[in-house]
Amino acid sequence: MIEIKDLHKSYKMGSNSLHVLKGINFSAEAGELVAIMGSSGSGKSTLLNILGMLDEADSGEYTLDGVPIKNLSETKAAQYRNKFLGFVFQSFNLINYKSAMENVALPLYYQRVARKERQEKALSYLERVGLRQWATHLPNELSGGQKQRVAIARAMAAEPKVLLADEPTGALDSKTSYEVMDLIQKINDEGNTILVVTHEEDIAHMCKRIVHLRDGVIVEDKKVKQVRAAEYVQ
Amino acid sequence: MFSRDTWKEIFDTIKKNKLRTFLSGFTVALGIFIVVILVGFTNGLQNTFDEFFNDDATNTFFLFPGRTSQPYKGYKSGRQIEFDNSDLADIKKNFPMFLEYITPRTTRSALVKYKSESNNYTNRAVGPAHQYCEKTIMMKGRYLNETDIKDKAKHIVIGRLVEKDLFKGENSIGKYVDMGGSAFKVIGVFQDDGGDNEERLIYLPYTTRQLIEKSTDKVGQIILAFKPQIGYAAAMTFETKLDKFLRDKKFIDPEDPNGLFIRNVADNYQQNQQFALVLGIISSVFALGTIIAGIIGISNIMVFVVKERTKELGIRKAMGATPASVIGTILMESIVITAFSGFVGMMIGVGLLSSLGEKLEDFFIKNPYINIGFAVFATLVLIVFGALAGYVPARRAAKIKPIVALRDE
Repeated sequence: MIEIKDLHKSYKMGSNSLHVLKGINFSAEAGELVAIMGSSGSGKSTLLNILGMLDEADSGEYTLDGVPIKNLSETKAAQYRNKFLGFVFQSFNLINYKSAMENVALPLYYQRVARKERQEKALSYLERVGLRQWATHLPNELSGGQKQRVAIARAMAAEPKVLLADEPTGALDSKTSYEVMDLIQKINDEGNTILVVTHEEDIAHMCKRIVHLRDGVIVEDKKVKQVRAAEYVQ
Repeated sequence: MFSRDTWKEIFDTIKKNKLRTFLSGFTVALGIFIVVILVGFTNGLQNTFDEFFNDDATNTFFLFPGRTSQPYKGYKSGRQIEFDNSDLADIKKNFPMFLEYITPRTTRSALVKYKSESNNYTNRAVGPAHQYCEKTIMMKGRYLNETDIKDKAKHIVIGRLVEKDLFKGENSIGKYVDMGGSAFKVIGVFQDDGGDNEERLIYLPYTTRQLIEKSTDKVGQIILAFKPQIGYAAAMTFETKLDKFLRDKKFIDPEDPNGLFIRNVADNYQQNQQFALVLGIISSVFALGTIIAGIIGISNIMVFVVKERTKELGIRKAMGATPASVIGTILMESIVITAFSGFVGMMIGVGLLSSLGEKLEDFFIKNPYINIGFAVFATLVLIVFGALAGYVPARRAAKIKPIVALRDE
């Protein structure tokens, strides 16, 4: 599903250049739930952004579902993002003047799905994250956990090949974090490929595989026995 | 791009961001409003000005006799020059190609009585053509005609205020008044844009005046008009020729500054035209300046709007919005707001102008108005340039990498 080879990325900081990714080789199969771990500055978010086509690599190869991701025009990148990827952010990134349902329907709007169908789909995804009765509420009327569940519903609505989550529990307390992870695990159980960036050990162990990044290189890549978040959720 | 969905999205955004919409709309409406008011006021100023200076016809010469100050051809200096009926006939005969009309004007003052009311009024003994050079407007009855001149009829045409003062609301037409000891029949009442004094005048046939003054053939001044189509240069030539002709006839030294005076209104006319032109230029500069200020205002708003929406646009891009759709969203929204509020500002401005009418006449602004075509044009210019001005920040926003936009807090 995801295939990257010798990926490099550096940022210009004035006259200095900061080499963030120093040759990453990584691949993920369909249906995997991978945690990308590392302390801050290890390059994990940069990697995720490149995977999500939100940022571009300096060199290296990246293939997503058999499609080479290279020198994309902005328009092409936007279309690929829409078709292939769903995003979950630490700070939720919901549009604050749109209701929960409208937020979930947004990727479908850019897929040119008809209005009626869009609303039905959005409602069914809100149903799946257990927020159907909150459909007409604005994000600031929702709790952090609810916001993140709306964001997950939004990421799922476009039926992407890969779900990318950047510190999805970073802004949540542990109880809510486990609820969100429970949701992510359930989505993964349905066969969706999910990448989770985190620096929390317990969250990482709720995935099936942990990739450790340090100073821009992968230092460890291991399969783990998954801890079910449902055990912690009452 | 223009699907129903797009419009729905735009109106949703507008509805849910009321403050932003209001602020940008308000700026645009205010801009257009100011343009409309400014242009309207300038037009009002021009109206006042036109009224001041264009009361009388502008193609006229006034000929005044004077007292010579130099001896010439055996005549001593200090001789009083006088015009008479033969001068009228000679000018008519010698300058037919220049002359539009000619009339004498002999000014006197007399006590005028009707029943118990009486007052002193200036009267002018004139020919029928005098109506044109003063732009006298008849309210009722008629002006003096050639028959009155031929018959030396004791007919008078009185000003609106004369009728008001003497007749106290009574209809004056056909009534007889006593003027300087003779009875005159009122045949007409006139009004004049030249002010109250012009409406306290009385006109009578110049032949009647001559009859009263012991059958003299003298006239006071001569007023004549050149044909407007001959142009300014030919009018100047006419003036020179006329001056020479009369000096020859009256034996006045060509160099004598005091024997004969010709006042040429065409000179004033030229100045009036220039003043009107300057006023027009000032008006255009004001309007242009305001439009430019409006465009700058819209550009500022657009920069602000894009800045405020950076994060939202980042989210949209992450969800798969293409750069074109980002630019489209911003521009369409701005055009919708600009068009609507521009229209509102224009209507308020036009409405205010037309309600003003003559209320600001004390400030030299009369009947301010704006050409609707121009108002619409100004609004369109503002919309088009607003869109262009919005395009630059919109394109920059579309180019921002989503990741940068998302970090924007």
